[in-house]
Amino acid sequence: MSAPKPAASRQPPRGDKKHLGRPGVFLETPLRNPQLNGHGELQHLLTIEGLPREILTRILDTAAPFTEVAEREVKKLPLLRGKSVFNLFFEPSTRTRTTFEIAAKRLSADVLNLNISTSSQTKGESLLDTIDNLSAMHADMFVVRHASSGAAHLIAQHVADHIHVINAGDGRHAHPTQGLLDMYTIRHYKRDFTRLVVAIVGDVLHSRVARSQIHALTTLGVPEVRVIGPKTLLPAQVERLGVRVFHDMREGLRDADVVMMLRLQNERMQGSLLPSAQEYFKVFGLTPEKLALARPDAIVMHPGPMNRGVEIDSAVADGPQAVILPQVTFGIAVRMAVMSMLAGN
Amino acid sequence: MKIHIRNPRSIDPASGLDAARDLFLAAGRVVGIGTAPDGFHANRSIDATGLVACPGLVDLSARLREPGFEYRATLASEMHAAVAGGVTSLSCPPDTDPPLDEPGLVEMLKYRARSLGLAKLYPVGALTMRLAGERLTEMAELTDSGCVAFTQVHDPIIDTQVLLRALQYAATFGYTVWLQPQDPYLARGGVAHEGEVSARLGLEGIPTCAETIRLAQLLQLARQTGVRLHLARLSSADGLEMVRQARADGLAVSCDIGIHHLHLCETDIGYFNPHCHLLPPLRARSDRDALRRGLAEGSIQALCSDHTPVDDDGKQLPFAESEAGASGLEMLLPLTLKWAMDDNVPLSCALARITCDAARILGVAAGRIEEGGAADLCLFDPEARVRISRESLHSQGKNSPFLGHELPGQVRYTLVDGHVVFEAARPHA
Repeated sequence: MSAPKPAASRQPPRGDKKHLGRPGVFLETPLRNPQLNGHGELQHLLTIEGLPREILTRILDTAAPFTEVAEREVKKLPLLRGKSVFNLFFEPSTRTRTTFEIAAKRLSADVLNLNISTSSQTKGESLLDTIDNLSAMHADMFVVRHASSGAAHLIAQHVADHIHVINAGDGRHAHPTQGLLDMYTIRHYKRDFTRLVVAIVGDVLHSRVARSQIHALTTLGVPEVRVIGPKTLLPAQVERLGVRVFHDMREGLRDADVVMMLRLQNERMQGSLLPSAQEYFKVFGLTPEKLALARPDAIVMHPGPMNRGVEIDSAVADGPQAVILPQVTFGIAVRMAVMSMLAGN
Repeated sequence: MKIHIRNPRSIDPASGLDAARDLFLAAGRVVGIGTAPDGFHANRSIDATGLVACPGLVDLSARLREPGFEYRATLASEMHAAVAGGVTSLSCPPDTDPPLDEPGLVEMLKYRARSLGLAKLYPVGALTMRLAGERLTEMAELTDSGCVAFTQVHDPIIDTQVLLRALQYAATFGYTVWLQPQDPYLARGGVAHEGEVSARLGLEGIPTCAETIRLAQLLQLARQTGVRLHLARLSSADGLEMVRQARADGLAVSCDIGIHHLHLCETDIGYFNPHCHLLPPLRARSDRDALRRGLAEGSIQALCSDHTPVDDDGKQLPFAESEAGASGLEMLLPLTLKWAMDDNVPLSCALARITCDAARILGVAAGRIEEGGAADLCLFDPEARVRISRESLHSQGKNSPFLGHELPGQVRYTLVDGHVVFEAARPHA
């Protein structure tokens, strides 16, 4: 049962901005970035898009010392002591949820994991009713994963000002902490973003990871971001996001410094998007032979979980250029940094 | 009841009247324009100094949500919204529950609308039973009960043989068929225009070719069957060009657009604003600009509110899960005026698109000020500005992208058959 809500909490989402008088222009005037508070500080982390380079850099800088916490005997810092972090997973996930849980616990927060796909949503409770109920339990931070693009924005617009929302993946839209941990990884191995050629390979259309990577890379000054894939798996007008489009993997990989592979979902492997996993691997799978076209010191990344033999050959996944496991380790530090910054540290 | 409307600027787009002319009403009709008939003694005099008197607006599509969706809106709430917006004649689509596919339902709805004594209702009947695209409705019976045209609303007939026969059957009797051109397969799952914004936000796109491919089919079938086809809610520049070409080739086809597509485009979705979740989707800025030009030059014949009241529960959801549609009846006049001001469209021409031109598509005697004609009038203050808010809207649907906006034009009086059915609470300061 949900408690009666004050009328204000049921107002339509913010964003009703005054018409500025230009002919034919209504809402196109830029809205305030809903992730930043009045002082330009991070209030929520919903998407990389629209965040200034300084904030991205500060997150990466903040994460650096956190990598050492894991090496200590007592892997705890008191930065979130007394705070409650709710992991709200409306869509199943093991890895992301676990790394958020570890990150919060290392910061001494109290963590609650809720797999909502299996509880109240099936009883018909609305998303915002669920949020209201959990807010009444004095949550300080929501880590949200949801199958619909924009769910994290909706929640962020709805919650009280003292609650912070971290998007842990909304539909095809964004997965900002994944994008950030990828940037951390690239910076760790390559130091300077402004001289890199980065190739993102695979199902960009359905990938929230790819969108966050593209925004992070372009914001951090990477001069050439490429996307490689068949036309069925690239969004219309993807070039408007600031990327070069390739359909030939060999051309796209040439002289790349970083190769970022995307996961291909099982249900997309055969049908009208692709004929078969085998053909996909043949054309767009990363093999040692194709990787040889990239720069010799190129690194290979993957957000996991990997489909070996579909998007990536085991010889590459386990090879010397792969940095897939360090990505996971860095992910904890980056999530600690984000939580710590949101909590005002 | 005899009414004397004093000192308005009277505009009747159909006859080209645009002048200071007093209007004299008696027995529900206009009995004098400029001069009172002999022996006219008004029971009531309305001071319309500074106001425009135009024909009551004619809206081609307003969802009243009855029967079946009374939790979203009721006939009474939406009819009040209509007259508050200056609308005196409106047509409602048949996507109710059950759909308007039986004469009894249509008669009942018409009867209930009549007994409210507000705007006049002209239902559009379902083209196929339950809008399922399989069995034809009894179009002759439905016409007798008051349907003015037939449509499938958002449920296109997938089987092209059924589509051909439906159009042939309608053409037999000279009925008009209103269809919204959208290919069901290309639009499947889509919630936004396939373009930059859908790419950025990760929303499933509806490509422009969903409109143009269906249009090509419909125009071809219209040629073949000779049916009177009206294309509802165009959304793209390419689609408009096809219709323009077909008209130039002599095909008797008309089209309309909704008010939201006249003013908004894909970028207005901003950060997933569910009020901009519309069907057809808001398209690119270049599409919107083409629609604006098309409406001004007349290649689009009518503008409609496409009024779709949705309750908060239907909108406070992630974008793709939210219900499509926006409330529009009370924004029809202000958004028409805003377009006219922004694009320097003569007021009379702009008003034509929501009065006589729309009435012509509807095939009813409305949307004109003429001696002997029904005294359906809208008196509005073109200088006043109204702030759109949840409180200002009479409609039960508080879902509008224009909440919080100030728009030009305040309806002061609405008259239907010579009765004042709406009067603004107090003059705008």
